Amino acid sequence: MVKSVTSFGRSGLSDWLLQRVSGVILLAYAICLGGTLVIGVNYAQWQAMFASTGMRVFTLLAILSLAAHAWIGMWAVGTDYLTERMLGTKGNLLRLAFQIGCSLAIFVYVIWGTQILWG
Amino acid sequence: MLQVSIYRYNPETDAEPSMQDFQIDTSGKDLMVLDVLELIKAQDTTVGYRRSCREGVCGSDGLNMNGKNGLACITPLSETVKSNKLVIRPLPGLPVIRDLVVDMGMFYAQYEKVQPYLQNDTPAPSIERLQTPEDRAKLDGLYECILCACCSTACPSFWWNPDRFIGPSGLLQAYRFLADSRDNATDERLAQLDDPFSVFRCHGIQNCVNVCPKGLNPTKAIGHIRNMLLTRAT
Repeated sequence: MVKSVTSFGRSGLSDWLLQRVSGVILLAYAICLGGTLVIGVNYAQWQAMFASTGMRVFTLLAILSLAAHAWIGMWAVGTDYLTERMLGTKGNLLRLAFQIGCSLAIFVYVIWGTQILWG
Repeated sequence: MLQVSIYRYNPETDAEPSMQDFQIDTSGKDLMVLDVLELIKAQDTTVGYRRSCREGVCGSDGLNMNGKNGLACITPLSETVKSNKLVIRPLPGLPVIRDLVVDMGMFYAQYEKVQPYLQNDTPAPSIERLQTPEDRAKLDGLYECILCACCSTACPSFWWNPDRFIGPSGLLQAYRFLADSRDNATDERLAQLDDPFSVFRCHGIQNCVNVCPKGLNPTKAIGHIRNMLLTRAT
């Protein structure tokens, strides 16, 4: 058992499951938005669509899914390439800085997205 | 004449690795790569490589031949040589001891982690623990692994985290004991695998399936382990 305190759910299985479930949610959201754009929509219809509670909840779900999906993916990238094995002792510092940068960016996007939706 | 380029490195005397070229007369025969190495050894006795059974059973001569891992003793030239050139390197990702000989310590350390032996705390029967033919059949495609390390050293996830990701070979063996009806340490085995590295660093690249000289499918075994973990935890 390898210990890790920076992974999303502290468990490989929960991260793996969440990555798949969030991926399906994002796919559904992309199809929904893509389909709407392909069918054709004007500004008034677009605004009315996002004014409905259902679409707002769905969009918020997609934003939160994107946040979890991004963190799990970027965490895997960081722990693959930004490591002591690959870069020497500075690898640990770089990885920590990378993880703080990613979490800050994801936090800002979640707050920003929520503000746009419900503000 | 076949042009062969061999990775040479002696950490005690060489500042860095280099490639040495040889011209080998194969007499038009479709030799195995190990035969070519033997011909090279006759020209230059300092070339180092491992070998033993020369029939794909012991797993000693895992090498990287023209960019693909495999066993030199059962890889014919016709299968690997392109444009009359053969480039032979050690298995990637493991420290080189000398020339084509790698230090398999990290690979064996991961194998050791999966406790590759039957665990059963019930009283032993007088003769042996029996299996039904159906239960025995579940081990097919798993027990045949010869630990040559061709799969694990072809896996990028193992290259980046050889100390934390068990690797395809170790995970194939982990499932071999999880699937064994005579083993009753399933919960303890699964508990040891449920972290973000041991199993879940597998991203399904399937290089392991592509190179396994025994035709085994570690990715499928890893999928079974995931399903067992999922069933146990949800």
